Amino acid sequence: MKSLIIENLYVKTSDGKEILKGISLVIKQNEIHAIMGPNGGGKSTLAQVVMGNPGFTITKGKILIDKKDITKLPANKRALSGLFLGFQYPVEVPGVNFANFLRMAANEKKVKSEKSSPIAFRNLIAQESKKLAFSHDITKRFLNEGFSGGEKKKAEVLQLALLKPDFAILDEPDSGLDVDALKYISKTITGLTFPVGILLITHYQRILHFIKPDFVHILIDGKIVKSGNHLLAKQIEKSGYETLTNG
Amino acid sequence: MKHSLMVKKQTVKNTTYAYGFHKKESSVFKTPKGINQKIVESISDHKNEPSWMTKIRVEAYQIFKNYELPKWGPDLSGIDFSGIHYYNSPSNKKFKNWMDVPKDIKDTYDKIGVPEAEKKFLAGVGAQYDSEVVYHNLKNEWEKLGVIFVDTDTALQKYPELFRQYFGSLVPTADNKFSALNTAVWSGGSFLYVPKNVKVEIPLQAYFRINANAMGQFERTLIIAEEGSYVHYIEGCSAPIYTGDSLHSAVVEVIVKKGARVRYTTVQNWSNNVYNLVTKRMRVEEEGVGEWVDGNLGSKINMKYPSLILAGKGARGELLSLAYAGRGQHQDAGGKAIHLAPYTTSTITSKSVSVGGGRSSYRGMVKIANGAKGVKSFVRCDALLLDELSRSDTYPVNIVEEQDVTLGHEASVSKIGEQQLFYLMSRGLSETQATSLIVNGFIEPIVKELPLEYAVELNRLINLSMENAIA
Repeated sequence: MKSLIIENLYVKTSDGKEILKGISLVIKQNEIHAIMGPNGGGKSTLAQVVMGNPGFTITKGKILIDKKDITKLPANKRALSGLFLGFQYPVEVPGVNFANFLRMAANEKKVKSEKSSPIAFRNLIAQESKKLAFSHDITKRFLNEGFSGGEKKKAEVLQLALLKPDFAILDEPDSGLDVDALKYISKTITGLTFPVGILLITHYQRILHFIKPDFVHILIDGKIVKSGNHLLAKQIEKSGYETLTNG
Repeated sequence: MKHSLMVKKQTVKNTTYAYGFHKKESSVFKTPKGINQKIVESISDHKNEPSWMTKIRVEAYQIFKNYELPKWGPDLSGIDFSGIHYYNSPSNKKFKNWMDVPKDIKDTYDKIGVPEAEKKFLAGVGAQYDSEVVYHNLKNEWEKLGVIFVDTDTALQKYPELFRQYFGSLVPTADNKFSALNTAVWSGGSFLYVPKNVKVEIPLQAYFRINANAMGQFERTLIIAEEGSYVHYIEGCSAPIYTGDSLHSAVVEVIVKKGARVRYTTVQNWSNNVYNLVTKRMRVEEEGVGEWVDGNLGSKINMKYPSLILAGKGARGELLSLAYAGRGQHQDAGGKAIHLAPYTTSTITSKSVSVGGGRSSYRGMVKIANGAKGVKSFVRCDALLLDELSRSDTYPVNIVEEQDVTLGHEASVSKIGEQQLFYLMSRGLSETQATSLIVNGFIEPIVKELPLEYAVELNRLINLSMENAIA
């Protein structure tokens, strides 16, 4: 069983502001960890830094997949090591066909004999996208261009399902979704047929009704102030984060 | 280029093509380096041209000689007019030695997967022989319809009246220094005549003209589409064309009659020692449609501004211009829309990519004449810069003499976004792959208008260029 290990991570922005102040986490490949916390606490920064966004500087600490140190690797090498990030705000890439892009990405990981043909891959996309109830044929569209907020979130989960990573960080996959879309997304995530460790970043308790985490961590001001099981999320729902900052 | 080619036997290994058919040898003739009136006369004489053509050539030479180099655009002072052979008869185009073709060009062919036979043709090593069967089948089809599709020299001999009626009617000799030069020494090019109401379903490609010197230095192309007709003409090639000649200067005239529609697609990828200075003009009559799809990838300095003269009521024009400027290249491209009649419309879309210190410019003009009521024109130019060394400029001119018009202009310059790169790389794509995707996505609106085989080759070419630029 592989593990994603974050060891005492300190991170600054390019203009020198310290955002993460000693984060440590161990995520096993069959576990779901939820990270909750108020706005500005560093949740999204953690997601971006673990994936390798060059806009941040790691001043201390390490990120490992098992024994492999990925702290200094570019994002694509991290992806090829088994990591995936579902973006909170997926960028639009005009003129780039969604299906072609995704096939290219999926084939990067595969040896030549296992690479999918365009038609086979389109069929795969069609199957998976049915589960997510897209209203338009996504294979014909450009990558995230003109997608509604809900479609963007669904498309991230669709990519997760087809790229089959060992570890997935999902940055607020629930924000801005209506109840139906939330159900489709949750069902797809819980129904993934390959072993995957998930780090689920969320602002709300709502998605945790559908996806039951093994661990819940509360991230405030760049530090994990409390960890527990799914009951911790319920407690937060009742009494908010303030009790934690004071205690 | 996806078509079967057959070539004469070369000293290159792995030549698996059938050879053994013969091209009729015409007399061999090549002018000495440089240009003067005698040389111009000797070209005309060699071709047995009527005296009026000789006269036009000589007058054109005088105009060329007296004109200064244009100073409003890229620096052309590096052209050595005295170092060029202005005429070389097709049968005299001796195969160069494959060993003499620069290595980077050969590597490019290998990487974009150009077949062996085409490589040699593109590199100027082999002559071009199309499959006779394909050509003859198409030719029979055309002839049944009354379509004339021959090289321009043949047209002058066989259809002198038609030729004389339209030659120089859109691009007069004295239009500019290079139109004058072309008129003085022109050779080759396509002559295409489509009769009334004839619709040519299959695009006509320059290399279907058998035994013609399709890639001449001073081509002259003339297209006449009669009322209600349709034709799509394609010239050029997305794979790089190697030539030792440093100047390519063509003139293209396209006449679109009432209710007719002509699309003219060019993809030029001359090697980076070439000055490509081309004058292209299309005149569109009432309710006609004229379209330019103009792709500029190669050459050292490229100056090309295909023009649309919308002369009849309700005529429509469209120009799609693509420029890709790599290291050491200056792409000065764009276009013109001249609205002379009411309710005419035009759309100009320009996309340019600059990389590795390359420079691309959009130079365009929209003119709306007094009385041309209800005209609509829209210009959009987008530039993508891939690094700090590269440069992009926009030189738009609008001349509007009429009140009742709609004129729009949008321009954007963008750099490859960090967030786009990171997003694509987070899926496992390398920086090179990610950049290629973004660039190909950027030019997609134009590439989708190209024939498939060109689009595929263009795509590979850009991937290759990104590899070189980033590595």
